[in-house]
Formats: sequence, C-alpha cells, structure tokens
Amino acid sequence: MVTVLERPRGATDRAIDWAHRKCSTTGLKLHRSAELLIKANAVVATVALIIGGISAVLILLTRWQAVHLLNQVMFYRVLTAHGITMLIFFIIFFEMAVLYFASGPLLNSRIAAPRFGWFNFGLMVTGATLVELMIWTGKADVLMTSYIPLRANPAYYLGIILFAVGALLVCAQFFATLVIAKRERTYQGSLPLVTFGAVTAAIIAVITLLHGAATYIPAFLWSIGAIKMDPQVYRMLWWALGHSSQQINVAAMVSIWYLLGALTVGSVVLSEKISRTAFVLYILFISMASAHHLLVDPGFSSSWKVVNTSYFMYMAVLASLLHGFTVPAGVEVGQRLHGYTQGLFGWVKRAPWGDPGFSSLVLSVVVFGFVGGITGVTIGTEQINIVAHNTLRVPGHFHATVVSGTAMAFMGLTYYLIPLIFQKKVAFWRLAQVQPYLFAGGMLIFSIFMSFSGGFGVPRRHWDITFSGAPFQQAFHPAVDALMGIMAIGGLMAALGGGIYILITVWSVFFGQPITEVDRVVGAKGLPQGVIRPPRAITIADEANLPTGKLGHAPGTIVLVAIFLMAFVTYYFANWKLLSFIWKIG
Amino acid sequence: MNNHENVNRQPMHSGLVSPQGNWWVPAHRPEKMWFAIAFAWCMVLFAMMPLWHWKGGQNPSGIRRRVEPAAYEARVDQFVADYKVGELNGYPVVEPPAGSDVYLLGRMWSWYPILKLKKGTEYTLHLSSKDVNHGFSLYPVNINFQVVPGYDYGLKIVPSEAGEFGVICNEFCGVGHHMMLGKVIVTNEDGSMPDQTVAAQEVR
Repeated sequence: MVTVLERPRGATDRAIDWAHRKCSTTGLKLHRSAELLIKANAVVATVALIIGGISAVLILLTRWQAVHLLNQVMFYRVLTAHGITMLIFFIIFFEMAVLYFASGPLLNSRIAAPRFGWFNFGLMVTGATLVELMIWTGKADVLMTSYIPLRANPAYYLGIILFAVGALLVCAQFFATLVIAKRERTYQGSLPLVTFGAVTAAIIAVITLLHGAATYIPAFLWSIGAIKMDPQVYRMLWWALGHSSQQINVAAMVSIWYLLGALTVGSVVLSEKISRTAFVLYILFISMASAHHLLVDPGFSSSWKVVNTSYFMYMAVLASLLHGFTVPAGVEVGQRLHGYTQGLFGWVKRAPWGDPGFSSLVLSVVVFGFVGGITGVTIGTEQINIVAHNTLRVPGHFHATVVSGTAMAFMGLTYYLIPLIFQKKVAFWRLAQVQPYLFAGGMLIFSIFMSFSGGFGVPRRHWDITFSGAPFQQAFHPAVDALMGIMAIGGLMAALGGGIYILITVWSVFFGQPITEVDRVVGAKGLPQGVIRPPRAITIADEANLPTGKLGHAPGTIVLVAIFLMAFVTYYFANWKLLSFIWKIG
Repeated sequence: MNNHENVNRQPMHSGLVSPQGNWWVPAHRPEKMWFAIAFAWCMVLFAMMPLWHWKGGQNPSGIRRRVEPAAYEARVDQFVADYKVGELNGYPVVEPPAGSDVYLLGRMWSWYPILKLKKGTEYTLHLSSKDVNHGFSLYPVNINFQVVPGYDYGLKIVPSEAGEFGVICNEFCGVGHHMMLGKVIVTNEDGSMPDQTVAAQEVR
C-alpha cells in the first residue's frame, strides 16, 4: 500500500491529517487517523463480544434446567453483565467504528479532530470498565434495566454516564466530519445512501443518549440519596433509552445491508427517495416506541399506550417494511444487471453463497424480518402484550432482531473490514464460509423455541422455573422441558458460530497474512469475492438485462415480500385468537 | 409526467455512490404499490387495538391510581382480616364476595394472600408492590401485568375456569425472585372444586 501525502483542497496548515492510502478495491481514500480509530473501536467491540458471549453460554446452561449450572447469585450477576456488555458495549463500540467509516473513508474525507476521537474513546473505555468492575464484584446485581428501587453502587450509574458522554461526543465528531467533507468538496452530489443511513443512526443515537442522561443522571443522584425518583417514571425514561438504542442498531444494520449488498453483488438503490424517506421515518417515530415496553404497566392510560405504540410506532414499522423490500430488490436488480437473468429466482441461485459477507446479509435480512420483526410488532400490540409481557417470548423476539439481525450484519461486514481496513486475509476461510449459517441457524432455532416456551408462560430473567424453596409447587407443561432443551441446543450452535467468528477475527487481525498485490489481482483464499472481483468489474452492468414486465425490475422480490406479508398476517391474527381464549380482563 | 420521470431518473448506482442532481423523483410502480400495501397493513395493525377495546374481552385498561406502599399494605391486611377462610402453607386463604375488590400484594419474595374466587364471577383485582417492581404472571392462563410500587392497578377479571393457578413473579426482584410463587384458587359456581385439585381438601 502506498501512503500518499497530499494537501487536500481547502485544508489549513493545522489540518495535519493528510496521510492516507487509496483503497484499491473501492478507490476510496483511507486516512490513517480514521483507520486507527476504526480499528481501536472494533477491537474493543470484539473484547465486549467475548465477555458477553461467555456470559451467554453460562446463562444458557443455567436456564437449561437439566444442567442448571450457576447458583442464583451468579446467574443474575452474569445476566446483568450479558445484557449490558452485548446490547450496550459491543454494539455501540462497533457502531462508533461504523460512524468513523461512513463519514471518513466513504466520503473520501479526513475525520474531524482525530485526537478528540481518542479522548472520546478513552471516556467510553473508562466508563465501560467501571461498569464491568461494579458488576463482576457484585455491586450491581440489578440486571441491565436497573429498575429502581433496586439499587446498584453509584459508580455503576457513573460508568454508564461516562460511556454515554463519550459516545455522544463521537456523534458530534461524526457530524463535524460531514461538515468538513462538504466544505472540502471530497464528494460530489448528495451523501451516499449508506452514509445517509449512518447519519440517521447518529441522530437517533443523540436522541437516545439524551434520554440516557435523563435516566442515569437522576438514577445516580437517587443512588447517593440526593433526590427521590418514581419507579414508573424511571421505567418510562429507561425505555426511551432502551428502545431507541435498538433503533440505532436498526438504522446502522440497514445501512450495512445496503453496504454489503453493494460490496458483494453490486446491488443498486432502486429509489433514493423511498430508501431515504424510510430512514427519516425511523428518526421521527422512534422515541414513542418506549411505550410498547409499558403496555401492561399501571402508570399509563390505554389511549396513551395505543397512540404511542401504534399510531407512531407503526410508522417506524412502515420504514422497516420498505427497507425489507428495497434491500432484496436492490440485490435482485444488481444480480440481473450482471447477467443473472434466468427466471424468477435465477439471481438467488447464482448468488455468491460462499461469500460470508453475502450470506450474512441474506440471513440477517431474513431472520430479522421473518422472526424478529413479525414477533416484535405482534407482542408489541397493546392487548396481545398481556400474554407476552416478561415471558420468554420477549427475549425470543429481541434475540432474533439484535443478534441474528444486527450482530449478524456486523459479522458480515467484518469479513470485508478485515481485508479492506486491516489489510489482512480472512483466516480459516472455510470456517468463515460456514460461520454465518451456523450462527444464524443456531439463533433461529434458539429464538423460535424460546418464543414457544414463552407462549406457555415461562418467565424471562428467572433462575429456576422449578421454583425450589417456594411455599407451593408449580410444574410447567411437560412440553416446556423439550422446547427449552431444543432452545439450548440452538443457543450452543449459535455460541459455537460466535466463537468461530471471534477466532477468525482475532487471528486474522493479529496473526493474519497481509494481502499482497498479487493476491489482489489473481485472488487468494481468504479474500471475499467482493474484494478480489468487485461486482462492477465482473461484467458490465447492462440495463438491457432487466425484465420490464408488470412486476417491474425485481419480480422475484415481489414474490418474496408477498410470502412475508402472508406469514405476518397469519401470525398476527393467530395471536389475537389465542388472546381471546384467556379470562375476560379489563 | 412520464417524460419528466425519464429525464430525472438516476443512473443505476449502489448505496456507496453519491447520487448526482435531484433524486427526489417518482419511484417505480412496484415500489409505490408496496408502499401502499405496507401502509395499509400498518393501519390495520393500528385499528385492531381500538377495535379490541370496543369489541374484545381482554384489555389492560384497568382502574389506575397512585398509592403509598404502606397504605396499600394496610388495605391488603384489612382485606385479609375481612374475608379470611383458611390457611395454606402459612399463607391466609381469602374468599371475597362476588363482584368485590380483591387485593394482591407483591413483596420480596411472596405474593400475599392466596385468593379464592368463583368461576364466572367478576372481581376487581388490585395489584401493587410493597418494595420493588414485580411481575404478576398467572399460570397456566398466561396473564401478565407489571406490578410497580406506588401504583395500584385495578383490573376487572372474570375467571373462566375452575382449578388452581400459580402466580409467578416474572420481573426480577432480587436474589429470591424464583421463590416468589403465589396461588389463586377458582371454585365452580356452587363453591365446589374440580375433583383432582389438592388444595380443595387442605383448605378448611
């Protein structure tokens, strides 16, 4: 790789960051400072994934009643660590890397105030370390949500505040980089869609982190006895943070879908208008989604619940439904443009299923949509929530969204970040090709059977569903043991997939073979096909390849979304039917 | 219109490329159709909730008010004193008159007291907590409500089957969370129990 020193147009003498290299795959400039920040955030994200992943296995082996590994104290401690480490630290550190990537390299720009980036990184790492320390020393056995009046050591809340401030400052840095790129004219025209998606993720992150401040600053003051705080108000504020943070993930994940589609098969954006409008809907209607965690809470009226979850939240659902069409349609049209024109599904058959970037993309879209999306909207319906709240149906839903959706997309992106950013071949290539199937397949089994168990009323966040030590006896339906056994096997499969991902990532980055120019030209094991042969280089995209029938350019996708909609309608109304069987209540 | 559309159509490009010029142009027909279908489906999702309030039998509306935990606990004690009919494993069994207000208290780590209700009769079931958040989960009916300290949630319920039901706590409430198991007994309309029920013989 050649390091070029070139003074960008409009840069001042103080703009010291001219050192960059040109990426031979994408033709984009990679500034050294951006590269290092991306690497550092990605590495810490991986460390968080390791801690969170080991916790996941310990929890799984405890809830699997046949093994019941941990005692009750350790179970809730590890469960607290698992939630915070995965949902907050792993995901947000990775998202910070995505923000640097989408604003710097993708826009051909240097990033704003790189040293400030290291300060922010330091804040986030300090905060995260403090939180982990409090949890593992038993000073914060309050689970991830820390619903007051459960009380943790004040340092726990403080750690989260430090982490959040760091993340908020990275968002500020991201916006500043956009301004620099615009001023220095590093790109022509509008922002690319992927960066636009990242902008929405960053805006939602700001909204989320402000809610975080509104939750944790009072909680901190409450924990040192300075103020009073109402438990119901806390729940509302916490979920304005908790749910919005998941919407950062969704926006980031959808951006990565467009990114992976472009890198792997040259997918196209069918309509900038529709895709961008959908992203904006996420921003507008996200904070209201807090309400669907409070559907069976005493503090809110039914009209408040209905308006906040449905009227507005469904506009965010609409956004996901739109992306659920445009992403596969973009892949289909990309494939057709490059000559895979046979029939309705020739483009599916001829897709690069051995490229872990591509398989991750497809698995992420399918599991997120079919399992995560459908279950989420259904159990987030005011009345249906009565038969779902705090049962295993809830984690069954969100493991399908945030793990097989978001984490899977992150993993797929990693297979491209390793060669493009870290300049290394992907180690254990054969394993890498299998990894997405193992991980997503395992998570699919895990979340479906977890949901089924929840349907029998099995509670989430529960150490022992045989209720040892309780004044009465209560046995669950015999089917529950079998369902949770299968759930455990799916979970272990996914954990193996996660372990393989970590092995590949760590090995590639620290001991991996660097990529040579020869590799780049003739290809080598360990380079995803999108790197050696970028889609646009294989064949010339030819618009004459596109079908022009009644179903438009992407007829296969129309069939796929029709199947999806039927599944959605069936599951949704089946749940109303189930609800109608229980006692009259109101 | 058609002509205008052709002029402004962006060249096919990926999400990594900056679109040039004005991209706010009409979408292709299939995308517009999907937008319309998806929007209509979202409206159905919305309409179902008010519709169920109007026609359906299961709603989380309730009678809701703030209450001091100590005041609520005193109300529960009064309720137990008024209608206690027996004891089971050290917990009072309380049989309130049909149509009355029924009080259940969640606390670390028990549900208090045991309720004895009649099938097909409406009660107002009050839920609240003495200390932290708890989760009311009636097994195997699978009815779940959040129990928040400082709030009284009064829900009109009509038990539709006789038998014994477990009250599981499904919100984490500390290290003894798993021991927090209560009981609701539902008798037939004539006060008898289904034959196989154990508690029917024990409660005197």
